[in-house]
Amino acid sequence: MSVDIIKTDAVIIGAGPVGLFAVFELGLLDVKAHVIDILDRPGGQCAELYPEKPIYDIPAVPIVTGQQLTDQLMEQIEPFGAEFHFNERVDSIEKIEGGFRLVTDYGTPFECKVVVIAAGGGSFTPKRPPLPAIEDYEDRSVFYSVRKMDAFKDKDVLIVGGGDSALDWTLNLQPVAKSLTLVHRRSEFRAAPASVQKMMDLVDSGNVSFKLGQVTTLHGDDGQLTGVTVKSPDGSTFEQPTEVMLPFFGLTMKLGPVANWGLNLEENLIPVDTEKFETSEKGIFAIGDINTYPGKLKLILSGFHEGALMAQAVHRIVFPDKKLIFQYTTSSSNLQKKLGVK
Amino acid sequence: MTVMEAAVKNSVRGIAAECGGACSCATCHVYVEEAWRQATGEPEAMEEDMLDFAFDVRPESRLSCQIKVTEELDGLMVRIPEKQF
Repeated sequence: MSVDIIKTDAVIIGAGPVGLFAVFELGLLDVKAHVIDILDRPGGQCAELYPEKPIYDIPAVPIVTGQQLTDQLMEQIEPFGAEFHFNERVDSIEKIEGGFRLVTDYGTPFECKVVVIAAGGGSFTPKRPPLPAIEDYEDRSVFYSVRKMDAFKDKDVLIVGGGDSALDWTLNLQPVAKSLTLVHRRSEFRAAPASVQKMMDLVDSGNVSFKLGQVTTLHGDDGQLTGVTVKSPDGSTFEQPTEVMLPFFGLTMKLGPVANWGLNLEENLIPVDTEKFETSEKGIFAIGDINTYPGKLKLILSGFHEGALMAQAVHRIVFPDKKLIFQYTTSSSNLQKKLGVK
Repeated sequence: MTVMEAAVKNSVRGIAAECGGACSCATCHVYVEEAWRQATGEPEAMEEDMLDFAFDVRPESRLSCQIKVTEELDGLMVRIPEKQF
């Protein structure tokens, strides 16, 4: 099967606030962008880690939550029609004639003139419980996500955790699994009350087994789980037989494939110059929390500034024959037209 | 200043503090020594919720970004779990 190559001026890696605002700065200079993010929605850390927490240091916005900031940035960049590719992670970047070729973990190929890395702390990946030998079971009988529910048909399934993911998959997999056991360290859940109620109902009707405790040991052979040891809150332990385990402990940031792209790195950060915010590879830029330079501050506002300067440099690469005239959105009818306000 | 901030500033390894102190990631998990548990107090509801995303949670578990350093905590001893994920 051949996959159509997506061709564009710029690919922005990361849809956090800095990646989103890069769409704006590039858009003002007529640079078309596609944005790729591993999460299922825009906002990056602001959406994943603190959607409801107030941010106080965005200039002229005395208080804004992570989600509001994301929503307002999405509104601000709307005129530029950037295309978003969520649930995908850029795995490789390769230099080609006139630019770069990128491929995601889903196999989507992109060809672009410049790459803008706005990947923050790296990609969000599921937390792996530090259980001995868990790596031997991963993708065989321990899973951190559900791609096909059919894979759990007629299986004894153990779900660990008390958040929305744990509850949602308890409710979704219960009808297909042979048996479903939910293990959580306490009887309170940090999940949507409606889901908690539905789960309780399934426990009452005998369709879900809920057990208090924390998994301490995995048992099995050759990657196939046969059971786990669970430690109860009172300190006693019991054995829980199961064929598969789905632990849901939230997400953590890992640098991920960025390390394999042949860029210079300093302690997991990408060094850039402070004129263009370009990396050691010409045409690849890095802005926001992922970059480093003398005096770097990991602030959203610094990332916005970096995006504006990056865009000037990108314009010279994308339109080598065009002279860039600096303009203000307050007075330029040309910019106002692009923003759709004139 | 919180225990997390003090640790990160002084390059104490084993405290990841991915979210930077917003009580949103559970990667600054510590075990408070028995003698200090009363002085540091109990986790609030939000912190207790967040501890669901930590591993090997014990009665003495706290998120170090939620322990404010005060005069009374001079000499405080906490232990770091084997891994913060």
